[in-house]
Amino acid sequence: MVKVTIDGIEVSVEPGTTILNAARQIGGDAVPPAMCYYSKLPGTGGKCRTCLVEVAAGSAADPRPMPKLVASCSTPVQDGMVVNNKTSERVHNNRGGVVEFLLANHPLDCPICDQAGECHLQDLGYEHGSAKTRYEEERRTFDPIDIGNKIKLHMNRCILCYRCVFVANQLTDQRVHGVMHRGEHAEISTYIEKAVENDFSGNMIDVCPVGALTDRTFRFKSRVWFLKPMEAERNCTKCCGKAVVWMFGNEIYRITARKDKYGEVEEIDQKTAWLCNDCRFEKKDAADWNILGPRVINRQSVISQGKYATTIDKPVKRIG
Amino acid sequence: MKSRKLLLEHLDVPGIQGIEAYVKQGGYSTLEKALKKMSPDEVVEEVKKSGLRGRGGAGFPTGLKWSFLAKPEGIPRYLVCNADESEPGTFKDRYLMEKIPHLLVEGMILSSYALGANTSYIYIRGEFMYVLEILQKAIQEAYAKGYLGKNIFGSGFDHDLVVTPGGGAYICGEETALLESLEGKRGNPRIKPPFPAVKGLWASPTVVNNVESIAAVVPIVRDGGEAYASIGIGKSTGTKLISACGNLARPGVYEIELGLSVEEFIYGDDYCRGIANGKKLKACVPGGSSVPILPHFLVTKTAAGENRLMTYESLADGGFQSGSMLGSGGFIVFDEDQCIVRNTWNFTRFYAHESCGQCSPCREGTGWMEKVLHRLESGKGQMHDIDLLADINKKIEGNTICPLGDAAAWPVAAAIRHFREEFEWHVTHPEEAQKRNYGLIQQPVVA
Repeated sequence: MVKVTIDGIEVSVEPGTTILNAARQIGGDAVPPAMCYYSKLPGTGGKCRTCLVEVAAGSAADPRPMPKLVASCSTPVQDGMVVNNKTSERVHNNRGGVVEFLLANHPLDCPICDQAGECHLQDLGYEHGSAKTRYEEERRTFDPIDIGNKIKLHMNRCILCYRCVFVANQLTDQRVHGVMHRGEHAEISTYIEKAVENDFSGNMIDVCPVGALTDRTFRFKSRVWFLKPMEAERNCTKCCGKAVVWMFGNEIYRITARKDKYGEVEEIDQKTAWLCNDCRFEKKDAADWNILGPRVINRQSVISQGKYATTIDKPVKRIG
Repeated sequence: MKSRKLLLEHLDVPGIQGIEAYVKQGGYSTLEKALKKMSPDEVVEEVKKSGLRGRGGAGFPTGLKWSFLAKPEGIPRYLVCNADESEPGTFKDRYLMEKIPHLLVEGMILSSYALGANTSYIYIRGEFMYVLEILQKAIQEAYAKGYLGKNIFGSGFDHDLVVTPGGGAYICGEETALLESLEGKRGNPRIKPPFPAVKGLWASPTVVNNVESIAAVVPIVRDGGEAYASIGIGKSTGTKLISACGNLARPGVYEIELGLSVEEFIYGDDYCRGIANGKKLKACVPGGSSVPILPHFLVTKTAAGENRLMTYESLADGGFQSGSMLGSGGFIVFDEDQCIVRNTWNFTRFYAHESCGQCSPCREGTGWMEKVLHRLESGKGQMHDIDLLADINKKIEGNTICPLGDAAAWPVAAAIRHFREEFEWHVTHPEEAQKRNYGLIQQPVVA
């Protein structure tokens, strides 16, 4: 075990743990935000740069500070490392800079975006964004492309975290989309208009930190915070069948995987509870599911403001 | 003072592109000597003694880099030559490969022997197709003579050399992007660690070296590391190829001994022979487009008034406040008629175009800077844009995955630092700025 101090709090972690994961073991304010890193998808991380932290002492053996801020999601801890996250002015400034970059070309169409309320960029915007933009140029736009009748791609909102590319690589039989072009013009695309249809492609929606990939079967149906999230399960031969169904009255509006406070799909019985497209898109009848009870949304976001996070603090009683 | 030549020594020998003329000048005899009489570690030792520093731009000691190479049992090791030379202002590697291809081939075999690599690759910039053909011909000739292939010079050392073209992306000059591209993937830089010395090409330990560094291994092993180290000053040893361009009377590729004064290099008869058309020097970018620009009064003298020399240390004297870097040796000179704002925009446009788009500060920041600079250049800028630019490049610098972000940020920061009055003049005189250039800036008087 190695000891690392983050924002003045010491924690012992396995050797090889990244700074971000060490911080998650501490929890609370010590945890840097992560837009591209996804613990369940090996290989992700390092790209968005929102998780930058300051390493004030490299290790007990070599206590020199690291000259640059480092991406906490991809930097392993050393014994005796001292890291500053929330407590560092420099981190705050540079993270604000990254958020400004991410928002520079973002359409800011939250009022019509289905992701609003559970969008990581929105959360970061609240934390670091300024009321006025310094970006006076014309915003970048992409020609819309159709990637099928289940998933809607809004490239203008994309922050190029590459998570959906990793989902396609690791969960589906064959990846049919990827990143085309480079620099400012880089875009998620199927190149030739091709439907992304695969049993597990719907998980791209769950991993997308912004509204670039949204559920077409739920499109414009409701704001997420008007819906009641309920834990539900069904017998499914393809996936674990454990989901959250988002209801209005007795109607199921949308179905997502069960996500933790970092917005990542939970592990159930040591396996990441990815959903198959059948469960996600086709089973919209309440009779399809065994509804277990309200789902606690434990996340710092609009979605958890008010009733869900605060009023239900006791274990959920199972219904049925 | 004429510089000794180690790399371009036989440049004028007729037919030196071919193996016959190259062998007649002593070519491949160094390889033979090393394979027959030296152990791989002895070759590494000579390179360490030579003090050779990476000629691609960063100037990291080559021998030290080689000693970092992991050597696990049963896993192949690779040497990759970075011939993806695409930094604006830099064209020394192309010149070397085009004129004396066998020097690189010999250097590759020699270095691979030192590193224990049985396969090595030359990753060449996609735009250099004709150079690729020259190299392929040289490699075929070397195979025919038995300098490549099985059991070279009866030493038991097998070696295959492959030359592969890139797809024409500047970013593939970054070593991990190069490896991705070589593996047939999209050329995105990798997240480090792990470093290529541990996990490089096909997850095997890999050394990536610049063309000139690898070519320099031949004279180092031929004459010994100490002889090489005797040339130059301090930690800047040996000779360096400088590609001089811009408003010079005689631009071109020069091999210089490190330690030559910048003044001699620009004005000397053996070198660039001064500024073209009798104009005055305005500014100089001494090491390829990504290093900070220097105003005329800091080119030949440092801020402390000392003579500036063509060495890693002297060019960096004063840090980024009043110095620059030797970089890749892309020496760009501007005369009094050139517009620094326009040039800065041009450089930034290049970086915005070449950013891979993987990490946010570089993807968004380079494009943003390009747009702001374009506005300033075309007379549509405002005073606060200059501070905005300075702030954007602070947010990019050091926050990106690979050095492209820094390379894009440094020239803008330096241009604003030294030529702020010219930027301001573009804002206050938008119409005049479209018709004429600002001219020389005055040396600030230090109280």
